[in-house]
Amino acid sequence: MSMLSFMGALEIGLIFALVALGVWISFRVLDFPDLTADGSFPLGGAVAAVLIVMGYNPWLACVAAMVAGAAAGLLTGWLNVRLGILQLLASILTMIALYSINLRIMGAPNVPLLGEATVFSPFLGDNDSYWMQPLVLLVIILLVKLVLDWFFASQMGLALRATGANPRMARSQGIPTGRVVMGGMALSNALIALGGALYVQTQGGADVSMGLGTIVIGLAAVIIGETLMPSRSLFVITLATVVGAVLYRLFIALALEADFIGLKAQDLNLITAVLVAIALVLPRFKARWRKKPAKAAGPVAGGRS
Amino acid sequence: MMQLQGLYKTFNPGTPIENPALRGVNLDVGAGEFVTVIGSNGSGKSTTLNAISGDLLVDSGQILIDGKDVTRLNAWQRAGMVARVFQDPMAGTCEALSIEENLALAWQRGQRRGLGRAVRADLRALFRERLKDLNLGLEHRLSDRMGLLSGGQRQAVSLLMAALQPSRILLLDEHTAALDPRTADFVLQLTARIVAESKLTTMMVTHSMRQALDVGERTVMLHQGQVVLDVSGEERARMDVPDLLHMFEQVRGEKLADDALLLG
Repeated sequence: MSMLSFMGALEIGLIFALVALGVWISFRVLDFPDLTADGSFPLGGAVAAVLIVMGYNPWLACVAAMVAGAAAGLLTGWLNVRLGILQLLASILTMIALYSINLRIMGAPNVPLLGEATVFSPFLGDNDSYWMQPLVLLVIILLVKLVLDWFFASQMGLALRATGANPRMARSQGIPTGRVVMGGMALSNALIALGGALYVQTQGGADVSMGLGTIVIGLAAVIIGETLMPSRSLFVITLATVVGAVLYRLFIALALEADFIGLKAQDLNLITAVLVAIALVLPRFKARWRKKPAKAAGPVAGGRS
Repeated sequence: MMQLQGLYKTFNPGTPIENPALRGVNLDVGAGEFVTVIGSNGSGKSTTLNAISGDLLVDSGQILIDGKDVTRLNAWQRAGMVARVFQDPMAGTCEALSIEENLALAWQRGQRRGLGRAVRADLRALFRERLKDLNLGLEHRLSDRMGLLSGGQRQAVSLLMAALQPSRILLLDEHTAALDPRTADFVLQLTARIVAESKLTTMMVTHSMRQALDVGERTVMLHQGQVVLDVSGEERARMDVPDLLHMFEQVRGEKLADDALLLG
């Protein structure tokens, strides 16, 4: 792989680390299967692109994108908590609604950002963009990761984790689980929307279809991270999620570059689906492989199964 | 201290499986009183406890705690007044979280949670001290996952969590039923000790008449969603399990046919 395509994969991997952290919060911490990501990722992109084109500060555009993403997450949470709509369905409703909303925000199927000032502009010289952009992203992602680590060790963060793990117990400890779920969904989708906002600034524009498969990629990153770096420490789990997102993009880049396989760019989603399926099944097979020697150890060890 | 006035609750109203669980429960519990609650399956004892904790809202009637009407408050809003230990050891704690994180959750029961650290050094020292009282060696396992503990250990920690912050009422819902006899005995003794130390007003649901008479100072029997027996003081001290059965038959004017009530 060339340095340029490696850096490109690293860049997108780091952006999807934000998506993966968001997905980790909904799927793993809150135990809320949330597909809003496919809508909130382009929502963040749309909001940021439009604001940047209007001449606003790109950092402000990122913050606005996060607010919009948070609103989307809040909506999904509200549909589930207050209206009692099934989690998956609530998130699909939001996702579908966001497709129209994103088109409205952009006013066109795409918004190009060519020549506009982005959050990366101040750091870019004439010829070093290929490594400077990933570096800026790395700093942003590590900051987000550390803030999340700190948050989940706080009283509020602990309440969020308890709500996902045992809602009845959480309520009996005075935690308003409904509100916590809505807040957690807002946080999750704010991160995903930030990913979308940074994505459009590296890719030179927003496109209404850019959200397709976001959730699958995010989930793939989470699972790869969990499989490669299994841990109970929050610090390691969030780190593993970031690493998983970067590795995932590198796998994809490798698969696409290896000419002998004969894969082309249009096969991306197919590769994604296959990779996620493998990643989902892998832990189960790993467990089965581990069990076998235990059975062979004799009737004492096998007695419990 | 706590008044239950004419509580009614019907599950699945207007359907073939309509189930009137509470049909006018009246009970007045004084401050610091330890009440044991017995009754056969479906008598409404768990429903009564759920009504007090706010896990379910009654159809009609009133619940007063310290003179405050809490009838319409839900579970998390009542958490500052009501602490609870569940029958299922898995239910009262978070197995995915560590022992100290579980205790930290209970430390803030009913309070606002902010962005401060949940498990601070001073709290950790306090938790260690409290865990030491249990004599289970848990004081050395603060950062262990709750899921690694046995059922009895988890119930012991649940009790500790319930007593960590002052509350008005402690609800125990057959909290020894899922344990083996020896562990159940240990948890029961621990219960008596914690209740006495913290002077908690306690309602304990139990399936065992023996336990109901041995523990606490007042025994209430529920049947078909109503309080049918309420004994305390001298009268209760002189009672034995057969007396309790006899009284029950008298009150209801019918022969008791439920084996579940005779067990224990």
